[in-house]
Amino acid sequence: MPDYETLRLTWWLLLGTLLIGFAVTDGFDLGVGVIFRFIGRTDEERRAVLECIEPVWEGNQVWFILGGGAVFAAWPLLYAASFSSLYVAMLLILMALIVRPVGFSFRNKLTEPRWRNFWDWTLLFAGAVPALLFGVAFGNLFLGVPFHFDDMMRPVYSGGFFNLLQPYALLAGVVSLSMLLLHGASYAAFKAGEPMSARAAAIGRVAALVFVITFVAAGAWLAFGPDGQRIGSGADPMGPSSPLLKTVLLQPGAWLDNYRGNVVLWLAPSIALLAALLAAVLLHFGRHGAALLSSGLTVAATILTAGIGLFPFLMPSSTDPNQGLTLWDASSSAKTLFIMLLSVIVLLPIVLAYTTWVFRVLRGKITLEYLRKHGSLY
Amino acid sequence: MPPLPAANSPWSRLVIDLDVVGLSRLQFALTALYHFLFIPLTLGLSMILVIMESVYVLTGREIWLRMTKFWGLLFGINFAMGVATGITMEFQFGTNWAYYSHYVGDIFGAPLAIEGMMAFFLESTFVGLFFFGWERLSKVGHLVVTALVALGSSLSALWILIANAWMQNPIGAHFNYQTMRMELSSFSSVLFNPVAQAKFVHTVAAGYVVGSVFVLAIGAWYLLRGRNVQLAKRSMAVAASFGLACSLSVVVLGDESGYVAGENQRMKIAAIEAEWQTEKPPASFTLFGLPDVQARTTHAEVKLPWLLGLIATRSIDTPVPGIYELVGRARARIVSGIQAHTALKELRASPMDAAALAQLQAHQADLGYGLLLLRYVANPADASAAQIEQAAWSTVPNVPVLFWSFRIMVGLGLFFILLFAIAIYLSARHRFEQNRWFLRIAFFSLPLPWIAAELGWIVAEYGRQPWAIDGVLPTFLGVSTRSAGNVIASLTGFIVFYSALAAVELFLMLRMIRRGPDGLGYWPTPAPAAAPPVAGTDALAAVRV
Repeated sequence: MPDYETLRLTWWLLLGTLLIGFAVTDGFDLGVGVIFRFIGRTDEERRAVLECIEPVWEGNQVWFILGGGAVFAAWPLLYAASFSSLYVAMLLILMALIVRPVGFSFRNKLTEPRWRNFWDWTLLFAGAVPALLFGVAFGNLFLGVPFHFDDMMRPVYSGGFFNLLQPYALLAGVVSLSMLLLHGASYAAFKAGEPMSARAAAIGRVAALVFVITFVAAGAWLAFGPDGQRIGSGADPMGPSSPLLKTVLLQPGAWLDNYRGNVVLWLAPSIALLAALLAAVLLHFGRHGAALLSSGLTVAATILTAGIGLFPFLMPSSTDPNQGLTLWDASSSAKTLFIMLLSVIVLLPIVLAYTTWVFRVLRGKITLEYLRKHGSLY
Repeated sequence: MPPLPAANSPWSRLVIDLDVVGLSRLQFALTALYHFLFIPLTLGLSMILVIMESVYVLTGREIWLRMTKFWGLLFGINFAMGVATGITMEFQFGTNWAYYSHYVGDIFGAPLAIEGMMAFFLESTFVGLFFFGWERLSKVGHLVVTALVALGSSLSALWILIANAWMQNPIGAHFNYQTMRMELSSFSSVLFNPVAQAKFVHTVAAGYVVGSVFVLAIGAWYLLRGRNVQLAKRSMAVAASFGLACSLSVVVLGDESGYVAGENQRMKIAAIEAEWQTEKPPASFTLFGLPDVQARTTHAEVKLPWLLGLIATRSIDTPVPGIYELVGRARARIVSGIQAHTALKELRASPMDAAALAQLQAHQADLGYGLLLLRYVANPADASAAQIEQAAWSTVPNVPVLFWSFRIMVGLGLFFILLFAIAIYLSARHRFEQNRWFLRIAFFSLPLPWIAAELGWIVAEYGRQPWAIDGVLPTFLGVSTRSAGNVIASLTGFIVFYSALAAVELFLMLRMIRRGPDGLGYWPTPAPAAAPPVAGTDALAAVRV
């Protein structure tokens, strides 16, 4: 069995992988959900755009469910502290994630325009709310979440829902929303026929621009704005998972420590920016497949950028920074991490294999002619 | 190891808001029961789809394809609701049961995560192809996809029940005082928990019964109306034979067989039977009775000799302990648990205290019983004899509720066997239409399997109380530190939101059923008078556009 430190590091990477898996696959579903009403102007056009994601969104969303399960199994303290602290935000995301499956399944069953309009708007919000709130959550991680542990190690949250909506967090929310809009638009441009494809590409170019501006602004804010956190002493990568043993220092710009320490890491934010610009250019020239790859790269690199900034923190605390959660003090036991790692090694390649196969079977553009010829019974 | 910070004591200054506990439990129960309205039908219908599509692939007869597509449409509506409400369950441990999540996440989280990787991915990835792959896949290819959806659903149930079984019978784990939580000692024990095996067979078979009654009842409705006759009769034949096999397994392999495995399981069976005093083996089964919680006795009992001993222990010489005896055992464990708690307090204050460590290790298994006292006293070491007595009796779940839930559930189970047996007989002799009385009974049986399934949940989970994890973590300790106001808000939100969803789902389901395979264009309209061809074409267009 690998040592505890290696296991914890591996699970941090796996958590990142799951987040990226979620954002790259279900990310375009969320993005398409927000824009399909606008890139499809008739009901038939909307049907075509929706059919680009209907067969796959369900599997894609499992990345998120699995991410939740993996946090529960590998980082139980993080799971307990984050879900109970962000109670209202989590329940809002939850409601959005509940109406999405239902919306996809119910919308096409009846033809009344009122019925379809209702579900269209529902799907729009159900795409936009999580896309925005995931970014808000990440923004709050950099600001620190107002929580600490009581005597019996119960996480206690001392803020309210609206404390989460600080300017920086909202900025991070716009970063993630524009990122997923870019990604969703690239996907729709790639997968849907005309005229929806061209409209999607236009939205994607705007989203790319917004993303680039807000991404740079968020980075600059971290460099010059709020205090970052840095571990002082007492963090033992091999030690027991108790967040009460370390001290944490506050210092402006400390969130860039890792980048200062290793120049290679600047690759992540650079790729995020360049790939977004490239996606915009590719969308302009009608190279939609390449644009989709590029926007996917943006998504992955953005998540990596945030993760590297926070490392080794998972969920910093603003009220008692010493009790913030890190890689080294919030994990499961070595045994659990190892068993879970084995199951990932066995199962994840299988998942990737059949997911690839399913996407291959479903390949091809969903044009209006295709839709007229092949009715589906979804 | 560095000394732990001078936390006063682990649990002694504990303030638990019992309103939050009650509200959180209510929210969990409502959302779980709601989720469990859809899951059994997903389990059952997916299997029935596999059977129907297999017949289509083997015989090449169109009608079986139409059956698969029609029932698949209803499956899709239900599947979406099952997925949607399942997300709530995954979130809720963290949002409302944060201490639970921290305390047992090391063990409990693993099966949930593996469920995601092994099962949920499988069913969710292929369910899209089930609907959109008809023209993109070969016949056999599509059948494989359908089978993978069904396999994923059942595997999903397996892992969830492994997690749940660990709550009922927490083996393969130990308490770690440095991290203040339970940690995994043996994954294979968790995996091969005897309670998990019993639960899996019972719950999945119950799901298949739900699917079978659903198909049988709706098929009967079409026959009563004279619509979709060929399709309905074939569907009912499938439902009857599959349903009979499954309803027999539900009853014969009831998860009572796992009840001997743990202390709480024994308490559960004693409560189900309202067996206050231990009987001489083999114990008799109480067919009827009026459990009296105040007097701790059961009035007007009608007993069947031997039966309980056979069900619960599969032998005639093993006693089934009664409630008084089990409360006595609990009392002893509480006294031992106080020792464990005191040792833990000392150990938290001075981590190098070898004597305290030795004391903790000696009494570790009973720590959870010591924690039961926190409901009555701030420091268990100060508990009076009366408080210990109170805590010991708190290990008895709600006897009348369990007693009656169980009996209604079993009664329904036996009724389903009869229903399916008659259906097979009538199906084999092609006499469904001549026996309209049976069709009516079959139709009105539609809600019954759901009642049985929900009661099963109540017996298993309400019967687990006062424990979240049997003997390890009392339910009232597991909650998050949210205010009662927060939980009232979320509970209200769930009730409103879920009610609206249920109304829409029911409306849609009924509309699709009423429109029927004929109205959906899978099957030529039976008589021009009943449904003019134009309407059929319109409806077809409606679904396709």
